[in-house]
Amino acid sequence: MTLKVKDHNELFLEEDYQKQFIAKKEFEDPWPSEKVKEIAEWTKTSDYQEKNFARKNIKINPAKACQPLGAIFCSSGFDGTMPFVQGAQGCVAYFRSHLNRHFKEPLAAISTSMTEDAAVFGGLNNMLEGLENAYTLYSPKMLAVCTTCMAEVIGDDLNAYIRTAKEKGLIPKDLPVPFAHTPSFVGSYINGYDNMMKGILSSITAGKKGEPNGKINIIMGFDTYTGDYHEIKRLLSVMGVDFTLLSDASAIFDSPNTGQYKLYPGGTPLEDARDSINAAATVALQQYSTLKTMEYIQKEWSQKALVLPPIGVKNTDFFFEQMSRLTGKPVPQEIEDERGRAVDAMVDSHPYVHGKRFALVGDPDQLLGLVSLLMEMGGIPVHIVCSMGDKKFEEEMQALLAESPFGSEAKVYSGKDMWHLRSLMFTDPVDLLIGNSYAKFLWRDTGTPLIRVGFPLFDRHHLHRYPIIGYQGVLNLVTSIVNTVLDEMDRKTMNTTSFDVIR
Amino acid sequence: MSTIIKDTQKMIEEVLDAYPEKAKKERAKHLAANDPTGQCSTCKVKANTKSRPGVMTVRGCAYAGAKGVVWGPVKDQITVSHGPVGCGQYSWWARRNYYNGITGVDTFGTMHITTDFQEKDIVYGGDKGLDAALHELKELFPLAKGIGILSECPVGLIGDDIEAVSKRVAKEFRIPIVPVRCEGFRGVSQSLGHHIANDTIRDYVLGKGTLEETTPYDVALIGDYNIGGDAWASRKMLEEMGLRVIAQWTGDASVNELGIATRAKLNLIHCYRSMNYICRHMEEEYGIPWTEFNFFGPTKIYESIRKIASHFDDTIKEKAEKMIEKYKPVMDAVVEHYKPRLQGKKVMLYVGGLRPRHTVGAYEDLGMEIIASGYEFGHNDDYNRTYPVMKEGAVIMDDATLYELEEFTRRMKPDMVGSGIKEKYSYHKMGVPFRQMHSWDYSGPYHGFDGFPVFARDMDMTVNSPTWNLIRRKR
Repeated sequence: MTLKVKDHNELFLEEDYQKQFIAKKEFEDPWPSEKVKEIAEWTKTSDYQEKNFARKNIKINPAKACQPLGAIFCSSGFDGTMPFVQGAQGCVAYFRSHLNRHFKEPLAAISTSMTEDAAVFGGLNNMLEGLENAYTLYSPKMLAVCTTCMAEVIGDDLNAYIRTAKEKGLIPKDLPVPFAHTPSFVGSYINGYDNMMKGILSSITAGKKGEPNGKINIIMGFDTYTGDYHEIKRLLSVMGVDFTLLSDASAIFDSPNTGQYKLYPGGTPLEDARDSINAAATVALQQYSTLKTMEYIQKEWSQKALVLPPIGVKNTDFFFEQMSRLTGKPVPQEIEDERGRAVDAMVDSHPYVHGKRFALVGDPDQLLGLVSLLMEMGGIPVHIVCSMGDKKFEEEMQALLAESPFGSEAKVYSGKDMWHLRSLMFTDPVDLLIGNSYAKFLWRDTGTPLIRVGFPLFDRHHLHRYPIIGYQGVLNLVTSIVNTVLDEMDRKTMNTTSFDVIR
Repeated sequence: MSTIIKDTQKMIEEVLDAYPEKAKKERAKHLAANDPTGQCSTCKVKANTKSRPGVMTVRGCAYAGAKGVVWGPVKDQITVSHGPVGCGQYSWWARRNYYNGITGVDTFGTMHITTDFQEKDIVYGGDKGLDAALHELKELFPLAKGIGILSECPVGLIGDDIEAVSKRVAKEFRIPIVPVRCEGFRGVSQSLGHHIANDTIRDYVLGKGTLEETTPYDVALIGDYNIGGDAWASRKMLEEMGLRVIAQWTGDASVNELGIATRAKLNLIHCYRSMNYICRHMEEEYGIPWTEFNFFGPTKIYESIRKIASHFDDTIKEKAEKMIEKYKPVMDAVVEHYKPRLQGKKVMLYVGGLRPRHTVGAYEDLGMEIIASGYEFGHNDDYNRTYPVMKEGAVIMDDATLYELEEFTRRMKPDMVGSGIKEKYSYHKMGVPFRQMHSWDYSGPYHGFDGFPVFARDMDMTVNSPTWNLIRRKR
């Protein structure tokens, strides 16, 4: 026998509660409902849009977060590595919970818990005790240090602090402790990822230049799809490429349940990371989250450094062409077959996507890939919002749009947020929206179906386990796009004659 | 000292052994074996002190306490996260403080609004930008009843004067503009943020609302953040027993309600930790008595209803008894249904606010036993309220670290753990049934007669999910 239990989903629809809500207004000093209605309608107008776009000093629902989040994400992809954050402790609680909520996975990270006295005297003592405690208690193979805005504003000297800790014997002299300055008031988590990656590589490869190892280094960038990590490993193995994945987040963010909690479930072996300086080339799968790292690798390591983002058919084609050229290995039939299947799926589904108008919000590299894929299917990108975008991104996106007749309607909005997008979706409505979980407020307000792609994905489970890169990624994205269209079609036609079963 | 207490103390000592000397000495003060009688002098923990660097505290910051807990749920004011973009992003609609209203029009609870500090703001200061930001907000959201400026770390470090900006702009807009100095480096945890937020309520909105008439039965519901609708479930009961809830703080709260609470005859406080400050203030300044209560689980609910009713006349007392009579069969049915499935199960709690003690009774109603409990940001007065409700020899933990939680779990083998999102998935990996006891794991309400069936159902599904048995445990 089960007991019927009503939770918040049903409970508050009951008459008792509905009455309570109305009665409570007596104490709320509410606006007259006509006034609320009037303003609600006004927020949908072009007059409102004009005011909305005139704002320069406030962000409303931006799709971005701060640098240290990216730094922590980057360092946790290395084996035995404990992310270590110099600054106030609340930040680390936030970084951890943000990543926990997206991946549904544990994440350990250290804070030096700086408070008012550190603001006055600097964070040296916090760093010294923090390093000693973290090393003793959690036995990491590497402590990767980044900063919160507090440590940046007061100007903590990470290099000197770490040196002091080693001189005092608080941590072993040979313990790798790379660091990166990751101020929250500059850029976003894509830059934090970049800075930490550069910090780790430059630190642990120091003095390791030796015999070429013939391998290819792969850097995923701020890619929060664990499926992508498994996929790239599979694809390169199928192709027979010897590679090192620098920061393999799939180990920590997709570990199997064995009844044991492992603090360090794997990731890029530090030996491999040290040897990355001797690789034949480095390939990054994102551009905007690897700018400094790739520049460093090219200059300091004198290595070929290629950016080959594999989202969409053409991009994936280019990825394999270049990988083949780089390694001298042919693209195997198995991958060619995968391409054929992905394209077959696009051909089959095109009637439901062709001519559909899209709004997109997200990270720069993902947006470039998604727009490319949409246009390949005859979809029409219309509003493209990138809260962390810059001029360079805008130009690159414009160039991409110019390549296809399907790109002619699109406008690119760098540095804008989801409240800007709300205005755009009212004044120039679209058929579909692509964005992260917070874009669901746009779905609610405008009624535009949402296809969840990006970061964070909090309100749907396991999406991050399905790759969006490569031909398999094409297939996954096409599946969610076309089925969102069909779901919406069902909802709209359920009381009409068009309620079809066969499509 | 009993052997039970000695055994627990020995276990704590073993756990502490892994720490470096200085941290060990410090952490030892925050872990204790419980003595409900209060006679054992070494059975009390030290609380509300700085976390040690590097040990992996679970705690958050003052901003989290002020924005995330107290001010964030106030629905018709705009809450600005003043500083870099991250803090507002990470706390965006994370606490599920439900509210009624049209978001972006007359309410703003699920919005992330930030001044998004850039390097130039650090160098030249952010006051000018803040002033302009407030004007932009006023233009876009004309129905906002107030604007809160919740400071993030850099604001305090670079010496901005947000109070001056607030004062100027408030005069111009004729709505409260509330500067909240909750920079994350202040204090030792979320707790100071609560206090700072309480003080700003006192200084900027308290006593300023409109309420046409008062009755002898007016109460304010304080320290209920309406997580998953908790405050609504509590309000329903208070109204059914004949009381008039004139203010709900701060779940589903309006600025007006913050203003008119001073007209209440009695303040009812659920989360003592986060809002006792303002209750004490209202007691001193306005002579309003306050009383703590606990709406988790039937035993504590009945007790609390009677305690609340005792402050009023017989009509209320009668209605209270009638209400208990009405709901008792429902509660009994819930206990009857779930108790056999949960009887004897051992629970470890590590949470914040009121839960480490307030939920104990609800678990016990279901036949479960709390073997350890602790607070992220409790003070001595919280622990003093906790010792008597815990069993002898239970572990009391203050500001526990990931390492300690893992060790205690391994040694004490709880059947379920109730803690937060940062702890949740390591317990999943360990194969230990786990429930988030901050957000109710996206369920709720857990308060009141309507909440207890949900609580019982959720604990049952946690402990008795067949998925735990699928784990092929490596020994």
